[in-house]
Amino acid sequence: METFLQQTLNGLVSGSIYALVALGYTMVYGILGLINFAHGELVMIGALVALQTVTLLNAAVPGLHPVILLLAGVAVAVPVCMAVGYLIERIGYRRLRNAPRLAPLITAIGVSFLLQTLAMIIWGREFHVFPQLVSTTPMQPMDGVVVSPLQIFTIVVAFALMGGLMLLVNKSRLGRAMRATAENHRVAGLMGINANGVIAATFIIGSGLAALAGVLFASNYAIAHYAMGFTPGLKAFTAAVLGGIGNLPGAMVGGLVLGLVESFGAGYIEHLTFGFLNSSYQDIFAFMILGAVLIFRPSGLLGERVADRA
Amino acid sequence: MITLLESRAVNKRFGGLKALTDVSLTIRKGEVYGLIGPNGAGKTTFFNVLTGAYAIDGGEFVMNGAELPAATPHLVVQHGIARTFQNIRLFRELTALENVMAGHHIRSSAGVWGILTQSRAAREEERLMQERALEILDYVGIGRHADTVARNLSYGDQRRLEIARALATEPQLLALDEPAAGMNATETVGLRTLVETIRGDGITVLLIEHDVKLIMGLCDRVAVLDFGKKIAEGTPAEVQRDPDVIRAYLGGHRAH
Amino acid sequence: MTTTSSALPLPASFAFDRRVQRPLVILLALAAPLIALAMGKSWVRVLDFALLYVLLAIGLNLVVGFAGLLDLGYIAFYAVGAYTWAFLASPHFGIHLPFWIVLPLGAAFAALAGIALGFPTLRLRGDYLAIVTLGFGEIIRIFMNNLNQPINITNGPQGIDSIDPLTIAGLDLSRDLDLFGFQISSLLLYYYAFLACVVFAIILVRRLQISRIGRAWAAIRDDELAAKAIGIDTRMMKLLAFALGATFGGVSGGLFAAFQGFVSPESFSLMESIVVLTMIVLGGMGNLAGVIVGAIMLTALPELLRHFAVPMQMALFGKTLLDPEVLRMLLLSLAMIVMMLVRPAGLLPARTRYAHRDRRNA
Repeated sequence: METFLQQTLNGLVSGSIYALVALGYTMVYGILGLINFAHGELVMIGALVALQTVTLLNAAVPGLHPVILLLAGVAVAVPVCMAVGYLIERIGYRRLRNAPRLAPLITAIGVSFLLQTLAMIIWGREFHVFPQLVSTTPMQPMDGVVVSPLQIFTIVVAFALMGGLMLLVNKSRLGRAMRATAENHRVAGLMGINANGVIAATFIIGSGLAALAGVLFASNYAIAHYAMGFTPGLKAFTAAVLGGIGNLPGAMVGGLVLGLVESFGAGYIEHLTFGFLNSSYQDIFAFMILGAVLIFRPSGLLGERVADRA
Repeated sequence: MITLLESRAVNKRFGGLKALTDVSLTIRKGEVYGLIGPNGAGKTTFFNVLTGAYAIDGGEFVMNGAELPAATPHLVVQHGIARTFQNIRLFRELTALENVMAGHHIRSSAGVWGILTQSRAAREEERLMQERALEILDYVGIGRHADTVARNLSYGDQRRLEIARALATEPQLLALDEPAAGMNATETVGLRTLVETIRGDGITVLLIEHDVKLIMGLCDRVAVLDFGKKIAEGTPAEVQRDPDVIRAYLGGHRAH
Repeated sequence: MTTTSSALPLPASFAFDRRVQRPLVILLALAAPLIALAMGKSWVRVLDFALLYVLLAIGLNLVVGFAGLLDLGYIAFYAVGAYTWAFLASPHFGIHLPFWIVLPLGAAFAALAGIALGFPTLRLRGDYLAIVTLGFGEIIRIFMNNLNQPINITNGPQGIDSIDPLTIAGLDLSRDLDLFGFQISSLLLYYYAFLACVVFAIILVRRLQISRIGRAWAAIRDDELAAKAIGIDTRMMKLLAFALGATFGGVSGGLFAAFQGFVSPESFSLMESIVVLTMIVLGGMGNLAGVIVGAIMLTALPELLRHFAVPMQMALFGKTLLDPEVLRMLLLSLAMIVMMLVRPAGLLPARTRYAHRDRRNA
């Protein structure tokens, strides 16, 4: 039972981060029908820019409260990621909107590797220690279950952001324009919606969420690295597909489910396979889930909202 | 007259919307059969269900006495039905010749091994296929464009190429979805001549068209769809006099 | 129509007569290693690898360029071929089978893996396929990395070494050949063996391309719905492309294991899949000559960077700002982006022919 609660908690922490990233995939897919392969790299950029800011600020003004450092890191990382996300769309994808469908996909892969390489040039190949700005001192609410303030913080922040995004999409003018554009660019354009503006806004919002996810991710694993975005990016994509790509609540549910499955899978895989496989196979789960979902229920758990483009 | 294709109480729904309700038609061998109706009446849906692009929700199609397989376009072609699309869908990077040769795919049989070893049979088949494709291109009147890449053809020639590609599958029934759409008057006359030639060569034609003049001049019989239901069937002259048809076209129960 | 599909016209001087072109290419292919030898043995090694990559690129092109299926896990088939050779011709299990058994087996296993992957996934839309294949590639790599316990199958991250070399009719290609007093380097022997494989592959692929199968692939790539509407069994044809492409991957993997004498999971990372993909994109998807040129360019790139970029940076800045590996990644990713935006038809744009006939009015 204790293990069960512990694994649930761990799963929720990583799952809520996946969910944040998955939202970015799903929003872009909902509007453009494009898998923005480079989205995972924004997680990495968010984490590394925040780390850089914190390091510089700490050196300039020693003794600042960790919360201020964290806020400063976020305050820089989010706009930077938003700018990068905007540029990717503006320079890379916009021109390819009507190109044969392999073209934007290949471009996206190129952008992903370009961002990784640039990060490698700026921050080097080494793993950087990400400071513990929120306490990680374990608390023990009950026997055998350990939880840290950071974990609680992560879950709370992620859920708050998701709630905010839902409000934005469902209640605001921009949200309505986004939904209209997702239905049909041209018609939305005829209705006086600036489709390019809406698409850019989608990239910007998704990138901002990715930046925050990056900070949360790096805080939880206490590490930042130029290639750290790739795996969570893929997993978040899996989460988006799992929930039904193009579907915002789906991305959130998908992220949480994936986090839980991974956490339980890693905890129990050795028993399940009689010791043949161990927890080093954890990363396989996401891919297996992805494959299984696409084969058996391609519309995802909550159904795909994207119309047939034939 | 011998029946070629029969649709029996065909139904198609999209969610709550009934796109086709109990549509029953009989197309006879050798005729040009027109399917008309206002926008959104279900004509293209009928095509898509017939050719297997959509799953059928009720009823069946019977071709030469045998039920057509549902929702498997490539098998429908084997039963002798070929189609064109309302918005032309060619293989844009292939030449006109290659497009038509691709259309011959199901009437050829060379396998991987034969192709890799260039067996005599495979080479002979390839040669015949090319010869036949050139003939078909000449037949539809674009033989001189055999080596032009499809996307560089003029609009009218693209329409003709799509028909040529469909003919390459050696159909008994050629289903044309608004072939005259976007054509100018000269091109439409040319198209009409082409359809007549095709019919003259024993291929039955099913035609969706907006151009009433073209339909009336070309078709032996016509069916009218409105709101997914067949409201009339008969010779063009009969249909033109039908009060239901007049109402449907003049908008008796329509807002516009 | 978008501007992206227009190929830029080539300068007239470039498109010189085919009758001159062909013997020239053959001569160049035969003489290349001799020229390279004069510059140093390491360059011959680069050429050998270039040919392996050409083989890989030809196979991937079949899948991506012809059939339009973006496979990001292609390197997994290379891995299957390489590990088959390593298992069946090395001291690891103490099995030493000859090449004419191991190579076809590797190809067959790779083809089976291709079918196993393709069967459930090929009805997916293109972009999903890309991700699933990527996942497949990673799964294979994770297994290679971890299947050293509880039973040691792959020897984990250390990989398998002392793999048997390619031995044809008693001639061990890993040793220099003494021919009437002339020393012929092992690297040269491998070069010509690989060249023969490449030529053979080109012939086979050309035959497929100009056939009902090649046209069916192109049809699926250009418009899948229309392809179905003319009776093409798109799923079968895609599966065929996957299986045949994988076969090429399997063969080059086997050759790689024999040539290198060592395999480890590191050689089969996602980056390798991306590199091969870039080769195709750079040269021109679908077009064989372009793909070959792309493969050679990108294999030579790291060496060129090592030899030229580093000294140049030293001269300009007094230190190495960007090491060759970083530069290579930078150039690869930029190549992918810029090619798609500016020249999607590739550096060597030539229309791929799917029928024998020469153009009448060209």
